[in-house]
Amino acid sequence: MRRRWTDWLGALYAALLYGFIFLPVGVLVLFSFQSGRFPIPPFNGPSLKWYQAVFADSSLTDALVNSLVVALSSSALACVLGFLSAYGLARYKLPAAGFQRALIIAPFTVSYLIIGLGLLITFNTFGVSRSLFTVGIGHVVINTPLCFAIIYSQIGDHQVNIERAARDLGASDLKVMALITAPMLAPAIAASYFLSFTFSWDEFIIAFLLSRFEVTLPVEIWSLLRSGLNPKTNAVGSIVFLFSVFILVVLEFTVFRKHKRN
Amino acid sequence: MTSLANPNSGERHKALAFVLPAVVWTGAFFVIPFAFMAAMSLWKRVGTKTVQTWSLDNYFDFFAKSHFFDGLLNSLEITLTVTLLSVLFAYPLAWIIAMRVPERWQRAALLLAILPFWTSYVVRSYAWMLVLGRSGIINQSLMSAGIIDEPLELASTRAATIIGFVHFFVMLLTLTIYANLKQLSPNYARAAADLGASPLRTFIHVILPLTTPGIMVGAFLTFALCIGDYITPQILGGNNELVLPQIIMLQIGRRADLPAASALAIILMLIVSLVYLLCARWLKLERA
Repeated sequence: MRRRWTDWLGALYAALLYGFIFLPVGVLVLFSFQSGRFPIPPFNGPSLKWYQAVFADSSLTDALVNSLVVALSSSALACVLGFLSAYGLARYKLPAAGFQRALIIAPFTVSYLIIGLGLLITFNTFGVSRSLFTVGIGHVVINTPLCFAIIYSQIGDHQVNIERAARDLGASDLKVMALITAPMLAPAIAASYFLSFTFSWDEFIIAFLLSRFEVTLPVEIWSLLRSGLNPKTNAVGSIVFLFSVFILVVLEFTVFRKHKRN
Repeated sequence: MTSLANPNSGERHKALAFVLPAVVWTGAFFVIPFAFMAAMSLWKRVGTKTVQTWSLDNYFDFFAKSHFFDGLLNSLEITLTVTLLSVLFAYPLAWIIAMRVPERWQRAALLLAILPFWTSYVVRSYAWMLVLGRSGIINQSLMSAGIIDEPLELASTRAATIIGFVHFFVMLLTLTIYANLKQLSPNYARAAADLGASPLRTFIHVILPLTTPGIMVGAFLTFALCIGDYITPQILGGNNELVLPQIIMLQIGRRADLPAASALAIILMLIVSLVYLLCARWLKLERA
């Protein structure tokens, strides 16, 4: 087939937009291998010394561990809350179901800054001191609606007959949920867990408002920015990016592939 | 909706037990904090103390103090520009991926287009500093090409904030619009072509109206996330003009004026709610 000029125009447009999308990340990663003192041209390297600097900096590595702990635990809790409520609302007729659904979704529509401010005021009022624990509470609040929405959208009526069969064979409600419904929804549950994880892992404003002495990685990077352009910031940024991409690739090749085959 | 429920109350209790943890959590850590914030917005900061006055002064201040109101105008101008530009840039890309890229490469093309989405939020704005800064890539390239002699002031401007935002939301919108385009049956376009419509007419009268709900969902998300964001304008915008979230953070941090911060936060939320109502008929959560 003869290529029309519109095809070339489209290809050019796509190339330009991909260029725009990758420009900052490309610059970030490239200059993390800078051997000079500034992450700006000319590029001389490659050198791994800024990566060494990152791992030698205990405030950064501590923050990295803090972020992992908060993200792993808060996403797990958000996932459980999201799954249980999605199951309850999809499978049972409840009074004021629409209201309950709206309530669970509500935090999703409010900016993180507002959620963080509300929690800050509340914790102040009750004399709860700010810590990683309060950050985790905030992250569960923002991720529960996400988990609920993803899982709820995947609970279809087509699974009802299998659940009914299990029940007829004598399985209790809890058994049906744990051994039948949850495995059938595994891709949705995994997707919501990993998405929550990356959101929590990357979240700044709630973590900034609700943490004090121990901070998460985005907050630590934020304070690093005060020193201006610095290849160390490039290095830690590249690590965070590659870590998220790694999770995404794992998700793509495990959960979604399997889902497609089924 | 199919229900397994028997009408007896035992079933109902069981069902409530499933939903209750999420409802209680949301109540305790979202609704109650929100109520506290609303109450706080009626109090007042006098000197170094917060007094319980129950007045609307903080809200009147918003209209009386021009730097507050200017913050809102800046926020709205930036957010609307970003939303519009992001849709305009993302739609053709989503269309190319959905319609022109061969089926087996589409998923890869899409994943590639949203890959930098997973850079840390703080780091992404910093990365734009590397590109736009006085000694950044663009200025150095232009200077070595002899196009300019002095570095351009690209960073610390409203344009930098908008570029940083558009970069993020183009990725988000490419994803949502692509998903929308893929749901369309190719038969619509075929039918229009059979009836004699040119590709352009088909697009304007058939494809575009059918994808409007998807665009609106993405545009609303863009609006809501953009107007509430503190990081991008704080890193890229410089200090010449502040947006609403920056002003809120100033009240919390430097001035420790939580009542004023609360009032501003509630105003911000009312604006997003208002926009939500305007787009409500396109925004629906559906179950498969």
